Amino acid sequence: MSMPFYVSPEQMMKDRADYARKGIARGRALVALQTPSCIVIVAENPSTTLRKVSEIYDRIAFAGVGKYNEFDQLRVAGVRAAELRGYQYSRNDVDARSLANQYAQVLGDVFSTSGPKPLEVELLVAEVGDTQEHDRLFHILYDGTLLDERRFSVLGGDAEGISKRLESTYRDDLDLATAIKVAVSALTGPERSVAADDLEIATLVRNGRRRSFSRISDEAVAAALR
Amino acid sequence: MTMPRFAAGDDPGASFPDLLRKLGIDPFPSMSGAVVEANLRGGGSDNAIPHATTCLALTYDRGVVMAGDRRATMGNIISTRSVEKVVPADDLSGVAIAGTAGLAMEMIKLFQLQLEYYEKVEGQALSLEGKANQLSMMVRSNMPAAMQGLGVVPLFAGYDPLVSRGRLGGRYEERDFVAVGSGSMLASTVLRVGWRKNLSRDAAIELAARALWEASDTDTATGGPDILRGIYPIVASIDANGWSRVSDESLASTYEAIMREVRSR
Repeated sequence: MSMPFYVSPEQMMKDRADYARKGIARGRALVALQTPSCIVIVAENPSTTLRKVSEIYDRIAFAGVGKYNEFDQLRVAGVRAAELRGYQYSRNDVDARSLANQYAQVLGDVFSTSGPKPLEVELLVAEVGDTQEHDRLFHILYDGTLLDERRFSVLGGDAEGISKRLESTYRDDLDLATAIKVAVSALTGPERSVAADDLEIATLVRNGRRRSFSRISDEAVAAALR
Repeated sequence: MTMPRFAAGDDPGASFPDLLRKLGIDPFPSMSGAVVEANLRGGGSDNAIPHATTCLALTYDRGVVMAGDRRATMGNIISTRSVEKVVPADDLSGVAIAGTAGLAMEMIKLFQLQLEYYEKVEGQALSLEGKANQLSMMVRSNMPAAMQGLGVVPLFAGYDPLVSRGRLGGRYEERDFVAVGSGSMLASTVLRVGWRKNLSRDAAIELAARALWEASDTDTATGGPDILRGIYPIVASIDANGWSRVSDESLASTYEAIMREVRSR
């Protein structure tokens, strides 16, 4: 009978975290910015069909980085959780905080106990409010850590570098076109540039209508970057 | 509440009713025969399939016009004067319902939810034909209740971007116009006489208003324009730009003209 090697819990957690972090760092990053008119989410994504940013509910958007199949399953689970709550209670009872908690629970659970490997994803659950103060940006890490962020949120590899660039360029009174420019230059850094059709940009618009999520076309993105 | 997650082979996909069933919430519960029988005995069983209303749809050059009266009845009593039986299902389609009011409202809610749910899960909206099939499946799921007298008779219409025209239907797809409910015979006669190819939107609205007028003139379960309270039928058009409801002011003048004409007969 073989004896399993002893691995200390610290070592096991560290190994799992390294594994997840490496997986996430392989993909491109994503940023979300609060502006007076909307929350804008900007991702580098050459695919026009496999989305990183999508609609969850009336005022709630989802964005994921890392392994596509893993965060897409979580996206669908989020749509289901939100729709079920809206169906059983009321549309007003669906909020980002509860959804973010559920995501944190799933990711934490897979990370520490149930999964053979941690999920290689980072998620953003954004909710647009009546005013900028009521916006919510919940950032969920691969191990279930839940962060409540303000002003902007950065997900994915090189998050530190991008955050640093945004610290110096972000203001809370940006219009949409400028916000897109700021987000893109933070994502790429000074050395690199990215074409409009390699960007996926969506907004949660503060317009009082029921469904606030909308995608921004490549032409509009190109115009904003010009 | 925990997040619903499923194994690959067990996933209910883009169907919200299937998701509900997986979680043990049946949106179309089968009623116990005894309960329904008792209800029918108590409330009189004359209208075993109650569909007291008139809803209609007709095509015009850029899409479809849908219309429905506002009256809800319980036997010979008018229970509500301002029911909205014609509602948008999503941006490019609408649904009108005759039948048991509570179940019908519930079904409309589930249908609207399903269209949006599908769009979000799949990342693109259903085709118009897909939407119609979804609704017909819901009506079929409701068969146990319908057989016990709680039927729902919907009418579905919308703009189909694949063929760039309006399409409509009740039991099956119709080409030009369709009407459901107790006043449908009266309304469809007016539609049959008045419908022309490529009607303008205004002409189609006028024809819809007139068909409802004639239906309400003879069918007691169909409400006419209630000028005293300012309640007018719901009339809306759907074209490539979506759903647009005709304002009460505009309907008031349409009915004013119809009444002038009736007076001068």
